[in-house]
Amino acid sequence: MTTAATNASLSAKSPGIWRAPELSMRWWPVFLRNLLVWRKMAIPSILGNIADPLIALVAFGYGLGALVGQVQMGDVKVPYIVYLGGGYICTSAMNAASFEALYSAFSRMHVQKTWDGIMNAPVNLDNILLAEMLWAAFKSLTTAIAILLVMLGLGISHSPLLLVALPILLMVGITFSCIALVFNALAKGYDFFTYYFTLFMTPMMFLSGVFFPREQLPPWLQTASAWLPLTNAVELVRPLFMNRWPEQALQHFLILAVYATASFWLALALTRKRFAK
Amino acid sequence: MSSILSPGANSGSSSDEVSALFEARHLSKRYGSTTVVDDVSFSIAPGECLGVIGPNGAGKTTTIRICLGLTNPDEGSVGYHFPGHPSLAMPQDALAIKAQIGVVSQADTLDPDFSCAENLLVYGRYFGMKDAIIRARVPQLLAFAALTHKKDAKPGELSGGMKRRLSLARSLVNDPQLLLLDEPTTGLDPQARHLMWERLQTLLQQGKSILLTTHFMDEAERLCSRLLVLDHGKKIAEGKPRDLIAQFLEPDVVEVYGNGAIGLVESPLKALAQRVEVSGETVFFYTQNAKQLMDALAEHPQLRTLHRPANLEDLFLKLTGRQIREDA
Repeated sequence: MTTAATNASLSAKSPGIWRAPELSMRWWPVFLRNLLVWRKMAIPSILGNIADPLIALVAFGYGLGALVGQVQMGDVKVPYIVYLGGGYICTSAMNAASFEALYSAFSRMHVQKTWDGIMNAPVNLDNILLAEMLWAAFKSLTTAIAILLVMLGLGISHSPLLLVALPILLMVGITFSCIALVFNALAKGYDFFTYYFTLFMTPMMFLSGVFFPREQLPPWLQTASAWLPLTNAVELVRPLFMNRWPEQALQHFLILAVYATASFWLALALTRKRFAK
Repeated sequence: MSSILSPGANSGSSSDEVSALFEARHLSKRYGSTTVVDDVSFSIAPGECLGVIGPNGAGKTTTIRICLGLTNPDEGSVGYHFPGHPSLAMPQDALAIKAQIGVVSQADTLDPDFSCAENLLVYGRYFGMKDAIIRARVPQLLAFAALTHKKDAKPGELSGGMKRRLSLARSLVNDPQLLLLDEPTTGLDPQARHLMWERLQTLLQQGKSILLTTHFMDEAERLCSRLLVLDHGKKIAEGKPRDLIAQFLEPDVVEVYGNGAIGLVESPLKALAQRVEVSGETVFFYTQNAKQLMDALAEHPQLRTLHRPANLEDLFLKLTGRQIREDA
C-alpha cells in the first residue's frame, strides 16, 4: 500500500519513470563500445582487479589459516583457505561489478557525457542502462575467472563443480551491478560512492559468512544476514569448491534474482528521472 | 519588448507547414513556477537553415532538448515529416526520428578513449549500421571534417575546432536529412569558425536541412535562411535576417564615442536620427539619413565615429535589450 502510494506520488511528479523497461537489442553496440575500450587495456585491468583479492586471499588464507586450521562444514572439515576461497571469490565478483557500475559508469554518464551522445542516436536510456549493467557483470566475471584460475594453480580446489560456479558468479555480478546502478543514478559526484562502500559493502562482507561462519553472529544478526545478497551468493558458491551441490540453491538464486530485478527497475526509474530534467 | 509579435503570428504561415520537414507547435515547458519555453511554434522546410538566437537562458537549449525528445514539453507537439516516411512525432517515435537526424550538442560527447576513426565507427554502430558500411564511410567523413591526418589521434590530442568538426562528422555518420546543432562554433577561433561555416554551407548545398542555435550574429546572418529570436522563453521575432533588420531597424548606424559624445544625445543632432541609444560611453544613432549626420559630426573632430549598416547584432540588442543576463 505504502509502496503503491509512493509510486503514485512519484509518477505524478515525473510521469512515466516507473513504466516498464523498453528494451531491445540496441544495448549491444553500447556493450561493444565498453568492450572495445576495455580491450585496449584488458591485461592491466584484469591484473589490477585480481591483485587486491589475491593478496587478501593468500594473506588471510595461509596466514590466518595457520591459526584457524580446519573449518567444520556440515559433516566435513576443510582447510580455512578453501573455506575462504569460496566466499572471497563472491566478494571479488561483487567488488568488480560495483566498481564498474559506480565509478566507471558514472564517468561515462556524468563526466564524459557518453550516454548523452549515445542518446542522440537511436538508442534509448533503458538500453544504455541494460548495457552498462551487463557490461559490469561481464567485467566482474572476467575478474572472477582470473581469480579462479589462480586458485586452481595454487591447488586451493580442483572441484569439477567449479564450472557451475561461473554462471552463478555471473548472476552475482548482475545482482551487484543492478544495486550499484541505483546509487549511480543518485550520485552527484564520486565522493558519494565512498559511503556505499564503507556503509554497505564492507559491513556486508563481514556479515555474509565470507571470513567466518555466520553461526558466530548473534541470532538476530544471523536472521538479518540471511537476506543479504552476498550471503546468498556465498551459500551458492562455497559448496562447489568442495565438489558439493549447494543446499536450497533455488531459494538463494531467487533471492539474488529478486534483488537484481528490483534494483534494476529502481535504477531505471531513478536514471530516467535524472535524465528527464 | 515581448509584444513585438502579435499573438496570431506565433502560429506561423500555413503554406510553410504543408511541406515542412520539421514542425514544433505551441511548445511550453515549465520548471516549477518558471516558464522556460512559452508557446513557441516554428517549422523547418527541406533544405532550409533555421537559426534560433536569443540571450543566455532564453530557452534555446530546452527547445532543442524538446525537439530531440530528451525533455517532454508540458504542452505542444513536435513532428518530423521525412520524405518517403510516415509522419513521426516526439517522443513516441523518438528512435525512428533519431535514425534520420544528426545532432551536435553544445558540449562535445566524443569518446576520449577512441581515435577519431574509432569514434565514427562506434557511433555508426548505435544506428545499427554494419561495420563494413561504416568503415567505407569513415574516410569520407574524416576528409569532410579535414581530419584525415588525425584519424588515429584521440580527441584529447585535437584542438577545439577539430573536436567540433569531429562531432559534426559523427553526426553525419547515418547520412541524416536534418541536423540539429546547438552552438556549433562556441569557443572556436576565427579560422576554426570559418572552416565550420564552410562545412555547414556545403551540407546545405547538398540539400540537408539545419536547425542551429548560436550566439554569433555573423554566423546566423551567414548561414541561416530564416531566424527565430527567443527571449524569456517566448518567440519575439521570426523571419529572414535581412527582412528582420529592415523591419525593425533603420538602415544605418553611427557609433560615436570620445570626449563629449554623451552630450550629443540632447543636441540638435538628435533630430537626424530616428533612434538614439547610449551604452557606456558610446552613443548609437540609428538613422535613415547617415550622410547628413556624418556631415554634422564632422564639426566635432574630437569625437570618434563609426558609420556602418545596421546588422543582426543591432537587431538582437534592440529586441532583447543591452543588459547582461543574470545567468550569463
